[in-house]
Amino acid sequence: MESLEELKNSIESLRNLFKDLKPLDNERVIEPSSNFTTMSDEVKDSNPYSRLMALKRMGIVDNYEKIRDFTVAIVGIGGVGSVTAEMLTRCGIGKLLLFDYDKVELANMNRMFYMPHQAGIYKVDAAAKTLNFINPTVIIKSYNMNITTVDNFETFQNELLHGSLTDGRIDLVLSCVDNYEGRMTINTACNDLGLPWFESGVSENAVSGHIQFINPGETACFACAPPLIVASSIDENTLKKDGVCAASLPTTMAIIAGFLVQNVLKKLLNFGEVSHYLGYNAINDYFPRMKLQPNPQCDDRNCIRRQNEYKEKIITKTTSEVNVPMETKNVVHDDNIYGIELVQDEVITNENDFSAGDGVKILQEFEKQSDVMEMKEEIMNDAIDDAMEDEADEEESDQVVAQLSGLNPASASLATSNKTSVPTATAGNGNNTGISDADADLQARLDNLRRE
Amino acid sequence: MDDSSKKTLSSIPLLKTKAGPRDKDLWPQRLKEEYQALIQYVQNNKDADNDWFRLESNSDGTRWFGKCWTYHNQMKYEFDVEFDIPITFPVTSPEIAIPELDGKTAKMYRGGKICLSDHFKPLWAKNVPKFGIAHAMALGLGPWLAVEVPDLIEKKLIKYKEKA
Repeated sequence: MESLEELKNSIESLRNLFKDLKPLDNERVIEPSSNFTTMSDEVKDSNPYSRLMALKRMGIVDNYEKIRDFTVAIVGIGGVGSVTAEMLTRCGIGKLLLFDYDKVELANMNRMFYMPHQAGIYKVDAAAKTLNFINPTVIIKSYNMNITTVDNFETFQNELLHGSLTDGRIDLVLSCVDNYEGRMTINTACNDLGLPWFESGVSENAVSGHIQFINPGETACFACAPPLIVASSIDENTLKKDGVCAASLPTTMAIIAGFLVQNVLKKLLNFGEVSHYLGYNAINDYFPRMKLQPNPQCDDRNCIRRQNEYKEKIITKTTSEVNVPMETKNVVHDDNIYGIELVQDEVITNENDFSAGDGVKILQEFEKQSDVMEMKEEIMNDAIDDAMEDEADEEESDQVVAQLSGLNPASASLATSNKTSVPTATAGNGNNTGISDADADLQARLDNLRRE
Repeated sequence: MDDSSKKTLSSIPLLKTKAGPRDKDLWPQRLKEEYQALIQYVQNNKDADNDWFRLESNSDGTRWFGKCWTYHNQMKYEFDVEFDIPITFPVTSPEIAIPELDGKTAKMYRGGKICLSDHFKPLWAKNVPKFGIAHAMALGLGPWLAVEVPDLIEKKLIKYKEKA
């Protein structure tokens, strides 16, 4: 306690010193933290919100202060999630719920936000502390847990339902996780609760990424469009990676976090157009953008339920709002350096076209990185191949076995990350290929083997 | 060559019920199929003098734990193995973990979860809901141990322990 007193004294003396050095013209010295509590639009150096509130004056946002009412959950406080949390904190969001179960490691230092001295601390704790320094008025709740297990999932859903500033359901969930299991878990929770969420991802080779807005029933959910790898039966050979260590760049991570928060702000503060899917390819600075319709044959029954609800809502809305004049706001940009309009003609508007090739092709092309991978797991594959020597009697087993033989090392010419799990448009669930397809596939793989 | 991988995939019964731990009605049926497949697979292993793991679950089948072992130069190396059934199961596979090897190999995620994304997850994804825990052991953990354990021994990261 004494040391606290001493500290206060030294702060006071430093402040006096500062005053002497730079006389403030009649301006009252205010404690920094008190500046944050009210969102003033006064243009003053000491107002942390003046530049944000100027968005109102510029006619971009109607009511910026509303941001104080919103609660957003961020799952995965890593390269993208931590920067996302920082941006929202600086924007003065009402409340943040942080979920992660990892610790800060020195290997994370090539990304932004965390500091070397935080190594070994749980990410949610380290993040909460830093965020509190940045803007002490944002309420931060951290949950050090893996949401995919049965017990934790219950807690997770409960927090989404009752975690807002008024103990009600929160406004948005942001997925910043690095794995398929985590994304599917968030998808399950949000379809179940009917909560809108954003998915985000950066590829393992660090040069591409994407964000996706999922409003259950209205847009494709994460299970509607299975990851490329499953949907298109791309050979596992092509997906080889060298060990677990993925590449990452602070640039790509920050760009994706920026895309994510930008769309979160647009969604929450109701301005501009929220992108359903926005991709980024660093190699050629390509930014595909498209709409994704939900899959009427989605595997998740709650997605189907939400789709039906949404259809009903649209019907009642259109019948009741006939007399209300539609006010359309055109967002006018001074320039368009990202060339977002470039691919707008690729927008999939017809539900029947959902399995059409265009969108898939773009996505495939976009996600493919010509990068020949090393065959570190050759032995592993040999072991699996050995398992194939025995005969399979059941037809079903045959099919499964046919897939297995594909695990043999063959020339990999492209590497696609299953980590980014790019949604691809497909009509079916992608799990079953026809028997003839499987035969042809097997033949192709056998041919490939013989060539070796 | 890893002994476990000699087992044929076709001799492990395929599962039929697509249900996860949150599907209160169907989960017991799925669990029954999981146990049947596991029992069959362990029996096959024993018949082939190839026994290499034991597994058991908690009462609701959401948490599994046991032991697995592998031989290297006639010496037996045994590890505790554990995993949770994720709520998205069987759409996503269980993430098998060997916590005692955490930090010793790059082919592992936080908490000692073995890396299955290359050699097993795509296969699992294509075979939902036919694959179960037995398949994850045979095609996921088995090949992983076959590759990683000799490597870890060579790097002197694990040592042979005499049985107490």
